[in-house]
Amino acid sequence: MTNAVMERTDAAVVPETGKSPVAFAAPVSEFSHTAVPVETASKMEVRDLDLYYKSFHALKGVNLTFPKNQVTALIGPSGCGKSTLLKSLNRMNDLVEGCRVEGSITLDGSDAYREIDVNNLRRRVGMVFQQPNPFPMSVYDNVAFGPRTHGIRKKSDLDDIVEQSLRDAAIWDELKDRLKKNALGLSGGQQQRLCIARALAVRPEVLLMDESTSALDPISTAKIEELVGELKKSYTVIMVTHNMLQALRVSDKTAFFLLGEMVEAGDTDTVFTSPNDARTADYVAGRFG
Amino acid sequence: MSSSAAKEGLARALFAIAAAVSVLAVVLICVFLFANGVPAMAQIGLPEFLFGSTWRPANDLYGIFPMIVGSIYVTAGAMIVGVPTGLLCAIFLSRFASRGVAAALKPGVELLAGIPSVVYGFFGLVVIVPFIRENMPGRGLSLLAAALLLGIMILPTVITVAQSAIDAVPRKYYEGALALGADHERSVFRVIVPAAISGIMAAVVLGVGRAIGETMAVIMVAGNQPVIPGSIFDGVRTMTANIVLEMGYAADLHRGALVATGVVLFVFILLITMLFNAIKRRGEVK
Repeated sequence: MTNAVMERTDAAVVPETGKSPVAFAAPVSEFSHTAVPVETASKMEVRDLDLYYKSFHALKGVNLTFPKNQVTALIGPSGCGKSTLLKSLNRMNDLVEGCRVEGSITLDGSDAYREIDVNNLRRRVGMVFQQPNPFPMSVYDNVAFGPRTHGIRKKSDLDDIVEQSLRDAAIWDELKDRLKKNALGLSGGQQQRLCIARALAVRPEVLLMDESTSALDPISTAKIEELVGELKKSYTVIMVTHNMLQALRVSDKTAFFLLGEMVEAGDTDTVFTSPNDARTADYVAGRFG
Repeated sequence: MSSSAAKEGLARALFAIAAAVSVLAVVLICVFLFANGVPAMAQIGLPEFLFGSTWRPANDLYGIFPMIVGSIYVTAGAMIVGVPTGLLCAIFLSRFASRGVAAALKPGVELLAGIPSVVYGFFGLVVIVPFIRENMPGRGLSLLAAALLLGIMILPTVITVAQSAIDAVPRKYYEGALALGADHERSVFRVIVPAAISGIMAAVVLGVGRAIGETMAVIMVAGNQPVIPGSIFDGVRTMTANIVLEMGYAADLHRGALVATGVVLFVFILLITMLFNAIKRRGEVK
């Protein structure tokens, strides 16, 4: 377990190639079904996903590939299913009574619902929530909670992980003298970056962000957006956002959802400037939503 | 003056009187206790009264130290029995029990709160005391019997208060822990329970208050010898028991000494209440 936790996603395996117009200019159906190009190997794949809350059909036949070491933004109006999709990637939907999932979600080719233990899945696919939710304990204990959960006991190891995680979340300098202070005393923006550090501390491979800046002020938001740009070197990031400018600024790929269907997905630039579907065009132009 | 204004004035007066009753009762009890108890304490001498180890009213020896120790022992014993049981039960009801199981257990806990203490005492006398007498040293009427019985009696208080504290922990903490790959047990014991700690402390303090003030059930099973017990199988007399047992025939200084025992008990309860409020306030600040 310890070794598994310590193992870092090796960014060098997938060289940063920037946006590749060749790879993602393909039409929607092909974007989700065809073999992905080598330089953007897929990290997670969603196949024919149908999701029901009791009788409500929340996701309808979604197909989507999340390329490794890229930021994918899920956009769409409220209630379109983008958060639902995000929560099914780390099985947080299991907590919702009456939630039923059909189809498949894979992480590195293994079925997330059948082949991977749920706690291990959630370690590998970390999540940052809409509202900052640091535990009511010290900054240090917040970050150390995950590693401790996965069996790391040695103080010096924990110290290293806490420092590295806080550095990765770009908040070490602000918090290094306050590690023993209660995390609830931090500002909202600091709390959210602490939550990112906490998520990074278990060495995830994928980071899910559920409108993680919507409760924050513009300066904190800018810091987190900048951070996401850094994080994709080591992690695959999938973010839900209501803020289309944010999707444009931060993401490499964008998927547009409407009423439980994935309407269109592709390169962020393409989706925003020359979408294939009229509904996408209307949405990104701000005509509804 | 219009009739509506008169009505309003009348209503205000009624509410004010109703509100004053409880405050007035506390004030009157205070005045009564201190007016009757303090002179007796002065006459006996405060150190002799509080720390004297002999209670022999016939010889004018009024040392209540054995009773203070008795109350503390019995209360501590009740905590050892009741707090772990009550807290685990509260955690179970709040986070582990299925809806059906919780629906079956909860009325049981509530019923436990409604049983008169004399019935508890009777249960102790016919079940706990004989069991101890037959299986352990001593006569059965003992510190152990009182602690076991009181431990059961404080359960509803501890369970109800602790459970509402645990229920009130925001869901986002639980989700945050799960999202890091923690299982249900770890999320509950390492995140939710620590987050509810001030409410849980309040539950414990209320349990202490309940145990230290309990009288009837304790008298029936504790043996009531006014001596510091040497072991958990010896008899013990609490402050409450001391008052009840002798008030019927006490006169003069003896009577004053019993009221003074009530003063000491009152101070104990006051400290516990202050502690409870302090914990509650600290929890709110967080």
